[in-house]
Amino acid sequence: MSRIDEWKCEEFPRGAVIPDSGSSRDYVTGGWRSERPIRDEEKCTQCLLCWIFCPDSAINVEDEKVTTFNLDHCKGCGVCANECPADAIRMANEVACAMGEEE
Amino acid sequence: MAEQKTLATTGNVMVAEAMRQCAPDVMAAYPITPQTTIVEEFARFVAQGRVHTEYVTVESEHSAMSACVGASAAGARVMTATSSQGLALMWEVLHIASGMRLPIVMANANRALSAPINIHCDHSDVMGSRDTGWVMLFAETAQEAYDNTIMAVRIAEHPDVLLPVMSCLDGFITTHSIDRARMLDDESVKAFVGEYEPAEHTLLDYEHPVTHGSFAGLGGPFFEFKKAQREAMERSREVIRDVGEEFERLSGRPFGKLEAWGMDDADVAVVVIGSTAGNARHVARELRGTGVKAGVVKVRCFRPFPYAELAAMLKGMKAVAVLDRAESFGAEGGPLFLEVRSALYDLDRRVPVVDYIYGLGGADVRLELIREVYDDLAGMAAGATGPEGLVYLGAR
Ligand code: SF4
Ligand code: SF4
Repeated sequence: MSRIDEWKCEEFPRGAVIPDSGSSRDYVTGGWRSERPIRDEEKCTQCLLCWIFCPDSAINVEDEKVTTFNLDHCKGCGVCANECPADAIRMANEVACAMGEEE
Repeated sequence: MAEQKTLATTGNVMVAEAMRQCAPDVMAAYPITPQTTIVEEFARFVAQGRVHTEYVTVESEHSAMSACVGASAAGARVMTATSSQGLALMWEVLHIASGMRLPIVMANANRALSAPINIHCDHSDVMGSRDTGWVMLFAETAQEAYDNTIMAVRIAEHPDVLLPVMSCLDGFITTHSIDRARMLDDESVKAFVGEYEPAEHTLLDYEHPVTHGSFAGLGGPFFEFKKAQREAMERSREVIRDVGEEFERLSGRPFGKLEAWGMDDADVAVVVIGSTAGNARHVARELRGTGVKAGVVKVRCFRPFPYAELAAMLKGMKAVAVLDRAESFGAEGGPLFLEVRSALYDLDRRVPVVDYIYGLGGADVRLELIREVYDDLAGMAAGATGPEGLVYLGAR
């Protein structure tokens, strides 16, 4: 129950403004993915096109080299697999991956 | 009291002048009859360099309100104007403006909604948006349209409120007819509305990046934010009263959420919004000459609705008529009727209330029609039963 004179709206920022930057990093949005990208290191030429095209900035790069996919934010859209000129990325079934049936 | 000059002009020109004097940083607007002359006049002020406003011409009212939301979130004082279908096209963004707690001020020239197509006055447009979380003020005259616009800025930007405010005037009747109105000098208005100090967390503060318009879905605090909005609306009651009192000291013109005429000793009363209040007062004055104790209550602030004040005013009436210039199909009556009856529900003695839908699509509100209403009231006061259900006043 919540009565008007007991309301504590001050606990919430006015207008639902998030007063810090970069908060989307904490907001995990990869949950609705049905496929995940898998990269073949042998084939990869490190051209970084996948990193440029990923609409969710879900491709991790270290020292100018693709390392892993950020599966907390990857939506499984397949853009990276589509753009990779070396055919180094394939999309694998998410459930199978989660069950360990697929690498 | 400040210096004022008397003008013979239209409500729309007075609104445009008020907007110029309040000097918004941004105006985004799309022209729509009968609002067009507000934004045209304002565009002229911008072209003449009389106001330094970023004037954004957009391709629809949906974009106009969206641009207003963006500019207001960025920290600007923002205004716009619309009417009818334009207001309807803004509808989803009206919720966004109030939900993001952006103090946008908008003039609305009341006009019917299609179909059939009609460009004349009724209140269907604004009543359709009455639950969008905007404070809503109504003018009877060009003077009130001017005064309301200036007060709207102070109400919207008050730190206890921070809600958008809509300032309504009747299409063509108030927007286009030449009226007598008094205008304050620029300096007094400037001092009255003050410099806009945007709340913290504006989009243009790039040293402190923030997110506006974020997601608060399942399990998120969406419900609580709506509660906060309700609370701000409740707080606006006091702010509206205080701003009205301060404006009276400046202009000499009193502002009340309700304006009473003859209510001190009235037996029967008409409750009305906007330009028709003049006709109602005229007839009530005639009737007083014949011994009928007739009163008029004009509602100048519809959201938040002044329930307690209205109940106090109508207590003990023998009969009350509500004049509704909008339909609420399938409801017991028009939108104003529902509010008035609700306001009276807690009184110890039940006050008989009848609803009259009138003037849809600009249909004439002749004095005889108002006399018919008072005749019904007189009959009810004498013990006769009133008309059953709502009445379509003057419809063929
Ligand atoms: S599948 Fe889509 S979201 Fe995931 S890494 Fe590739 S491009 Fe990014
Ligand atoms: S696009 Fe293909 S080849 Fe280029 S870096 Fe990404 S995975 Fe490697």
